[in-house]
Amino acid sequence: MKKPFLVPKKPFLALIIAAFSFFNMYTADAQESESQEKAHAEEFIISDVILDHVMDSHEWHLTEGLVIPLPIIVYSKEKGLDFFSSANFFEHHHPVEYNGYKLENNHILLSNSGEPVLDLSITKNVAMLFINTTILLFVFLSVAKAYKTNAGKAPKGIQSLFEPIIIFVRDEIVKPNISHHHERYLPYLLTLFFVVLFGNLLGLLPGAGNLTGNITFTLFLALITFFITNFSGNKNYWSHIFWTPGVPLALRPIILPVEIIGIFTKPFSLTIRLFVAITAGHIVLLSLICLTFIFNSYFVGIGASLVVVFINMIELLVAGIQAYVFTLFTALYIGMATADEHH
Amino acid sequence: MELLTPKTGLLFWQLVIFVPFVFLLIKFGWKPILASLQEREESIQKALDAAEKAKIEMTSLKSDNEKLLKEAREERDRVLREAREAANRLHEEAQVAAKKNADKIIEDAKSIIQIEKQAALRDVKAQVAMFSLEISEKLIKKNLSEDKQQKELVNTLIKDLKLN
Repeated sequence: MKKPFLVPKKPFLALIIAAFSFFNMYTADAQESESQEKAHAEEFIISDVILDHVMDSHEWHLTEGLVIPLPIIVYSKEKGLDFFSSANFFEHHHPVEYNGYKLENNHILLSNSGEPVLDLSITKNVAMLFINTTILLFVFLSVAKAYKTNAGKAPKGIQSLFEPIIIFVRDEIVKPNISHHHERYLPYLLTLFFVVLFGNLLGLLPGAGNLTGNITFTLFLALITFFITNFSGNKNYWSHIFWTPGVPLALRPIILPVEIIGIFTKPFSLTIRLFVAITAGHIVLLSLICLTFIFNSYFVGIGASLVVVFINMIELLVAGIQAYVFTLFTALYIGMATADEHH
Repeated sequence: MELLTPKTGLLFWQLVIFVPFVFLLIKFGWKPILASLQEREESIQKALDAAEKAKIEMTSLKSDNEKLLKEAREERDRVLREAREAANRLHEEAQVAAKKNADKIIEDAKSIIQIEKQAALRDVKAQVAMFSLEISEKLIKKNLSEDKQQKELVNTLIKDLKLN
């Protein structure tokens, strides 16, 4: 799915500017669109460009001529389960129908009825999820191995890189918030912290998918927090919700719904917070880069690149902070659900 | 709005991937890592405790040593004092014995002197007797005429002799 772009007048210099912002290859698309879309040069719709990069996609678009087709897996009542490459939807960069399916606005539909199908494709974000999971497994299994081979010695290498972070999560996030059996929840909370942290950092890489800025991903993690919180909730937790202590009888009909809504607002806020923080960061970066093509000027390009470098640093900070915050709130909710009575 | 709608596909894959992933990571990653960390922290704590204990033992050992030293010093002092007392006692005893000896010698000497004196007195008495004989002889020779004076003289002499 190609969006119309404003084409730079001097493509070579634009390329240099793009190379300056090499850490953010999103600009590369501007180059690629050049050949075909001179005619639509005026129809540069910045929001479409940005959203295209922030959102999930059925192909992995790295740069001009470097598009990785991803597997499409669909199920429909009419056609059953189908499996093919997303490259089939494009012929010379033009969208085409394939085998009775068509790709429209990132949705796969049946071409004759226009009905949506159950889309279980390995999209860009699913691929990012695989990559993230693989890296995490690789890194932490080698850290665990280092603890075995290095037993009784000072940590070294990758082990000493992650040990302070692991201890930070344990001593600063988990222990202060969960008073009972914190060691029961610690492994999952460590997993959560590093999944979000690695997802955030990988998302900042050039050409990478925006996994942690995807609401499905954040919703999934928040749902796990929701289930853990409510399944480990003790008598105090539930009595606090259904029979809040110290509330006059007349107010109970008001307080009870508020408390019940509170159960659901917790995961909701987790979902939204991470999604917004990461997506907003990406949108800011992309907007700054797009300025170059709106103004069509080298000076703006250089200026924007410098600001993008700065914003990227902030994004690195945000990546850590959001991982911390997500884990902190999860630990806090679990802590509240398992706390002793204290009135 | 597209941005805000959760997708079934990603949710499905997450469910499929996440459960085994979390299981694997916990079983083979976090469990051994956290166990090793705890083990190491415990061993460090143990080492610190042992060092502290050793320090305390050292101090008690030192105070024990001092106590022993003090005892030894006291013992030495006591032995010395006893030795001095014994020496003094011996000295006194020796003095007493010497005095006794001397006394005895003096006593003996005295009794010898007494005996000698008696003997000397006896000698003197014999001499006096002889002198009186000589005197009486001379008186007899000189004063045969004067009876009265003679008698008086004899009497006086005898009286003197008796007195002596």
